[in-house]
Amino acid sequence: MSEIPGDLKFLKSHEWARAEDSGLVRVGISDHAQGQLGDLVYVELPEIGSQVKAGEGAAVVESVKAASDIYSPVTGEVVEINEELNDNPETINEDAFGKGWIFAVKPSDRGELDELLSADEYAEVMENDDH
Amino acid sequence: MTDKTVLNETHRALGARMVDFGGWDMPINYGSQIEEHHAVRQDAGMFDVSHMTVIDLHGDGTRDFLRHLVANNVDKLKVQGKALYTCMLNEHGGVIDDLIVYFFDEAHFRLVVNAATRAKDLAWIQQQAAAFGIEVKERPDFAMIAVQGPQARAKVLGLLHDIDRPRIEKLGKFAAAAGQGPGGMPLFVARTGYTGEDGFEIIVPNEHAVALWNALADAGVRPAGLGARDTLRLEAGMNLYGQDMDEDVSPWEANLGWTIALDEGRDFIGRAALEKQKAEGVKRVMVGLVLDDKGVLRHGQKVLTANGEGEILSGSFAPTLNKAVAFARIPVGEPGDVRVDIRGREVPVRIVKYPFVRDGKPQPGI
Repeated sequence: MSEIPGDLKFLKSHEWARAEDSGLVRVGISDHAQGQLGDLVYVELPEIGSQVKAGEGAAVVESVKAASDIYSPVTGEVVEINEELNDNPETINEDAFGKGWIFAVKPSDRGELDELLSADEYAEVMENDDH
Repeated sequence: MTDKTVLNETHRALGARMVDFGGWDMPINYGSQIEEHHAVRQDAGMFDVSHMTVIDLHGDGTRDFLRHLVANNVDKLKVQGKALYTCMLNEHGGVIDDLIVYFFDEAHFRLVVNAATRAKDLAWIQQQAAAFGIEVKERPDFAMIAVQGPQARAKVLGLLHDIDRPRIEKLGKFAAAAGQGPGGMPLFVARTGYTGEDGFEIIVPNEHAVALWNALADAGVRPAGLGARDTLRLEAGMNLYGQDMDEDVSPWEANLGWTIALDEGRDFIGRAALEKQKAEGVKRVMVGLVLDDKGVLRHGQKVLTANGEGEILSGSFAPTLNKAVAFARIPVGEPGDVRVDIRGREVPVRIVKYPFVRDGKPQPGI
């Protein structure tokens, strides 16, 4: 199993959220998720300025085989998107917790972060996934 | 309970990602589907296709039975080992399954049918065979390994017994022969495949399958999963049962008209329906689509044409082309500007002739 950075929060559906000093919440998918999806070939990014809601689809990642919705962990406005993924979607395969981030949200309620899974709780979800 | 091929442990030891495939626990990839795809296009890859169903037909009237059972004409099979691709139809001309028929002798033919359709195929064949007094014998004692790619034949030939090699080297396309592999294991080697590359599909007794797989790996053949098999066959313009055709689709509508033999005096199942459909004019056609924008075409997406809506059948990112391609079934007639509805966004696509890739090369205009 891959290392899970301790500063991240997770959704059961494998998205991660990182609360940054700037006040933004950066979002991606876990290393486990990229491994399950396989080679990623396309990422449909949200538009800058669009509103996203916690638990609702905000982006789509497509592997060779299937398309998967990416849910936003928090409600707010999309203020950054990872344009690098337009040309190199495989960046998510290579560095899911780092360079493979997908979008960043200016959250309307940072309290929503408290409802997400901790790294340890997410590790448990994954273990159950493997059974 | 999921079925397992005799190579299941071998796949797991190689670190394969396993998925349920029509009730079988099969490798989707061994790490990277794209790398496996390229390995087959550029060198040689192997697939465990032991989940496919091998059925031997025995009896003096086997040829007559097959004349009745399938839409292509088995009278084309004149030489021992020759193979024929055909559809098996219902009375309405819908496709029950697509399969390969091998000719051994007048009292023995072999069918290789799909995995997911095994139960219904066997029931249908047995039902039809009764009147002909044909014995229908499933062969779960066989495993099957497909070795595909420009170097596939050379790598397999290197493993054959010296006495068999020249004969199997000369084997024409869609023909098969028996021979011996490593340690004298008996092999049935067919120059067939599902990737658009040259190569062999090898039927081997279960007890020798792991040894054959390992010998192929030692010869430099790369294990490839069913994920790569799917993108390869899509690029090569080959239909997948259940996605591109089923019992509600006729071969005319699945671009398989070339497999229908309307030879005189042969009354095969579904013939009347096919002739009626042809006389009245086929309403739907299967076309190839290319997406030049970013994105991926997927099964079930709506296709918008000047004549109404159609739908994507098989659709995927095509690794050899580095863009998305698909088969679609659309209303017959001049389609105008064609668009595909991708999650509410209408994206323009081009209709093209397929195969998209042949002998490892993207086809002109793709």
